[in-house]
Amino acid sequence: MSRVRVLVGTRKGAFILTSDGMRERWDVTGPHFGGWEIYHLKGSPADPNRLYASQSTSWFGQLIQRSDDGGTTWQPVGNTFTYAGVPGTHQWYDGTPHPWEFKRVWHLEPSLTDPEMVYAGVEDAAIFRSTDGGANWEELPGLREHGSGPRWQPGAGGMCLHTILIDPSNHQRLFIAISAAGAFRTDDGCRTWRPINQGLRSEHIPDPTADVGHCVHRIAMHASRPGVLFMQKHWDVMRSDDSGDSWQEVSGNLPTDFGFVIDVHAHEPETIYVVPIKSDSEHYPPDGRLRVYRSRTGGNEWEALEKGLPQRDCYVNVLRDAMAVDSLDSCGVYFGTTGGQVYASNDAGDNWTPIVRDLPAVLSVEVQTLS
Amino acid sequence: MRIRVVLPPHLRKLAQVGAELELDVEGAVTQRSVLDALEAAYPMLRGTIREYGTQKRRPFLRFFACNEDVSHEPPETPLPLAIATGAEPFLIVGAIAGG
Repeated sequence: MSRVRVLVGTRKGAFILTSDGMRERWDVTGPHFGGWEIYHLKGSPADPNRLYASQSTSWFGQLIQRSDDGGTTWQPVGNTFTYAGVPGTHQWYDGTPHPWEFKRVWHLEPSLTDPEMVYAGVEDAAIFRSTDGGANWEELPGLREHGSGPRWQPGAGGMCLHTILIDPSNHQRLFIAISAAGAFRTDDGCRTWRPINQGLRSEHIPDPTADVGHCVHRIAMHASRPGVLFMQKHWDVMRSDDSGDSWQEVSGNLPTDFGFVIDVHAHEPETIYVVPIKSDSEHYPPDGRLRVYRSRTGGNEWEALEKGLPQRDCYVNVLRDAMAVDSLDSCGVYFGTTGGQVYASNDAGDNWTPIVRDLPAVLSVEVQTLS
Repeated sequence: MRIRVVLPPHLRKLAQVGAELELDVEGAVTQRSVLDALEAAYPMLRGTIREYGTQKRRPFLRFFACNEDVSHEPPETPLPLAIATGAEPFLIVGAIAGG
């Protein structure tokens, strides 16, 4: 029988939640790495027992942990993230040049086929890769050095590379997103990159349609249609039907188009989910009501999903890496909040229940569907 | 020289050691030689006390020796005799902060 393993990164450790295919009763283990910030942990699609975790604090810096038994035991692996060459400067918040400095790993994206290969998206924004299970890390500098890097600027959370998507039909093509530089694509295995931000409009930058400078919060893709991308930008929900060459707004009837997460149903490529947040100055749901919005039309037409979610006095946030889906027949949808709840729906969003509700603030949620 | 080192709790757990550990240090006992020996014995601590590249002490950590804060001493300065002989431990202390 199928099982589901939910990997939860929080401000004070990692937690692993497991259930059978019914997804009604859950076992919770953790905290792993108690007291440390776990920005992200994710399993290898090629070997589900191989997990990678990003562990950090302001006191002791960055560690990477690896598990070879599905999260029961862990071992620290390499934590040297050195930029290639002389990294130069990007823009600081006030527009002055600021030297590139490594701060932390935001996102780990294992290869689709090789458990030993994993990409890391870091702050200050760059992409690294390990081909030996995390023992050694090498920057792939073509992104940082492609030309627009000196114009990149941090968002409020730092200048982080937070999204890495690998095209399952062409592993030489990757999409990444940086706050607040925008989205970028490589078609040659990370050697060269180009911005893919045409159609984005951001009023908080001097030229609202500039090629870089957009605060992209998250990008999502369905594996069967890797040329179709969905984006939650700072404001605006967007879609691209040409691998990011151009974008159209699909915010439609959302109550607010600010938010962080976006994800795609496992079996319906036009069914997408967002969690609207009131505004960029008030990071909580409108009206104190936590609602997921689902579009079955790839955007524009949205329905509120609220059964089982708090509909009064709820002022949590849902951060950019904190939503995921499983691939069981009835698609499961999961998200975590800054209030420490992890909500799950085993019926594609119609009904929700908290798997666990008193964790530290949730930074990331990933799901593994296990046979 | 066999010296004693006390790590902050998070690093004890990471290195899987108790409240205090002992190290053999070759030559002069200095901050640098102690930390070099510590990282050689416990490679998982590399980068957690001193930053990679610059080898600078992480800003939220302090080094105490014989009731003195020696954090700002040059790393090659000899530590007190009581540290070098193991009579007193070399303390690596994390800044106190809530949250």
